[in-house]
Amino acid sequence: MGERAFGIISLIIACGYVYVASLTELSFISDPVGPKQFPYILGFFWGLSSLLIIFQPEFKPKWPSFYKFLEIIIVTIVLIAYAYALPVVGFVISTLIATFILAWRLGVEMFKALIFGFAVSFTIYFLFHSILGLSLARGVFGF
Amino acid sequence: METINFLFDGFSVAFTVQNITLALIGCFLGTVFGALPGLGPANGVAILIPISFSLGLDAASSMILLTSVYYGAMYGGRISSILINIPGDEPALMTTLDGYPMTLKGRAGEALTLTGIASFFGSIVATIGLMILAPQLVKIALLFGPAEYFALFVMAFATLGGVSSNNKAKTILASALGLAISTIGIDGQTGVPRLSFGNVHFYDGIDFLVVIVGMFAVSEIFIFIENKDVDAKKKKKNIIITTIIPKFKVIVKTFPSMVRGSLLGFFAGILPGAGASLGSFIAYTFEKKISNKDDTFGKGDERGVTAPEAGNNAAAGGALVPMLSLGVPGSGTTAVLLAMLMTMNITPGPLLFKNNPDVVWGLIAALFFANFILLILNIPMVRMFTRILLLPPKYLMPIVAMISFVGIYGISGSSFDLLLMIFFGLFGWLLRKLNIPLVPVIMGAILGNLMETNLRRALTISDGNWMYLFESKVSIIIWLITIIGFVLPLIFGKKITSEIEKFKKKKS
Repeated sequence: MGERAFGIISLIIACGYVYVASLTELSFISDPVGPKQFPYILGFFWGLSSLLIIFQPEFKPKWPSFYKFLEIIIVTIVLIAYAYALPVVGFVISTLIATFILAWRLGVEMFKALIFGFAVSFTIYFLFHSILGLSLARGVFGF
Repeated sequence: METINFLFDGFSVAFTVQNITLALIGCFLGTVFGALPGLGPANGVAILIPISFSLGLDAASSMILLTSVYYGAMYGGRISSILINIPGDEPALMTTLDGYPMTLKGRAGEALTLTGIASFFGSIVATIGLMILAPQLVKIALLFGPAEYFALFVMAFATLGGVSSNNKAKTILASALGLAISTIGIDGQTGVPRLSFGNVHFYDGIDFLVVIVGMFAVSEIFIFIENKDVDAKKKKKNIIITTIIPKFKVIVKTFPSMVRGSLLGFFAGILPGAGASLGSFIAYTFEKKISNKDDTFGKGDERGVTAPEAGNNAAAGGALVPMLSLGVPGSGTTAVLLAMLMTMNITPGPLLFKNNPDVVWGLIAALFFANFILLILNIPMVRMFTRILLLPPKYLMPIVAMISFVGIYGISGSSFDLLLMIFFGLFGWLLRKLNIPLVPVIMGAILGNLMETNLRRALTISDGNWMYLFESKVSIIIWLITIIGFVLPLIFGKKITSEIEKFKKKKS
């Protein structure tokens, strides 16, 4: 995707933004400006700058290889799974697993990554929960 | 004398066991964040805000912790610049030019000590400047009404990136995007849901902390995945420093450069949209102009490290002036600090000085104190940080990720916010690939509501007459500065950017 393609997508989203803003239902309380004007102004500048980028692209982005892209997707999936797992499995177990996979994907050897996962999970739990009293996710097991 | 009294009150706020401990922790972490390439002051502060919020620290204490991190990062950035020729954070770029040559000559220890002193000097000058200038600016700010404030916010966006930004289209796009994020949720004035797609999660709006942590911390992980093979190839040499106390003669020789660097940096920092990077750039180029008589710059001249280091530390302090007194940040890190205050329901600006003098003066007192801690951490104990430099990012990044999750989860306890954070991480990564600056997006998300509220208040006063925005003298002046600040970079920006690029190229 070049700059021009990004500009086009951005322009479409800007139009969509203005359209959705125009759907805002007005309430009986009102001020001279109302809730729609500010988004309209923003939409104008957003669209204008997108047009400038479409007509004056000056930078060629370097995209990662397919393999790298796949890795980014894998890590994203791990993070999303982690976000969902936290309230269910609890902080300690989900963090242990997430750290392990992350570190492993970032290039740590598997066994070391596992130990690292244990270390990070328990250190954060101990430091933030036991000492500082921060509330961490509590799963079905209570930790 | 009023100032002195306030300062004494400030010291009584700062000198509690808790706040001293927080300053110590902040200084230590800040130096670490600064020294590690890939993590800078903005990331460091971003990760810590949700944590300090969840810990229930009060505003003064959180501010002390986070600005200690901010100041610390300014000190720490020089360590990797000097030792491994990679700037630890952006402002430290100029320090590599003469710092690394000094290391090659076996003078690493000396360079670290001198820059430590320069950083200290720059920060102290800036903190004194902050103490004197901020209350004066507050007096002016008291004259501001909603129309002036709205103009001021526009100015902050128009001048963002300072002289070094020449692609205005991208800055405008990023600002609009950030402001658009802030318009999601229930409209504060009329109470109607706006742009929320009927999703209850969006009714409260998007918490700017989620945007900040996503963009500044999580996107860093994606960038790392992309570059990890390149990084692995660069072998890190074992760094040996024998801390050498520089000869008294050298300190005397470099002292004028510290003074010049501090003053230039401080004023660069106050300017809207400038920030620490510009401070160190100006300090270095100016110093080179007047001191490079024997063509020693770039080959390990001591003044080539002391000037930019004094400059970036002074600029960091200077950038706090508009943030605290007007509530308008000029750089990424000050925007994040502002976000922290707003999370605590404190709006910076003149009212902060009136309603929460303990926060302001406690902070200033803590900054003086933090500088002494940083001086000790960064000169006699600097070896500790050079070891941290050897910590590979493949271990560091998962820790960053987990702490980001802990912080955001701690605030809301909702998986939805975590998903949003991941989304903004990916989105930030995409924007970075397209060379679109993240700072305007963040600033937009933080300032959007204030900006809109002021606009609407102004127009309520004028009963819908838009010309009201340009009526008072003060607002006309602000609009003029806005236009100049916007147009000037289009004329001079190319030259300065190409010069900065030249320095960057020389390095790689």
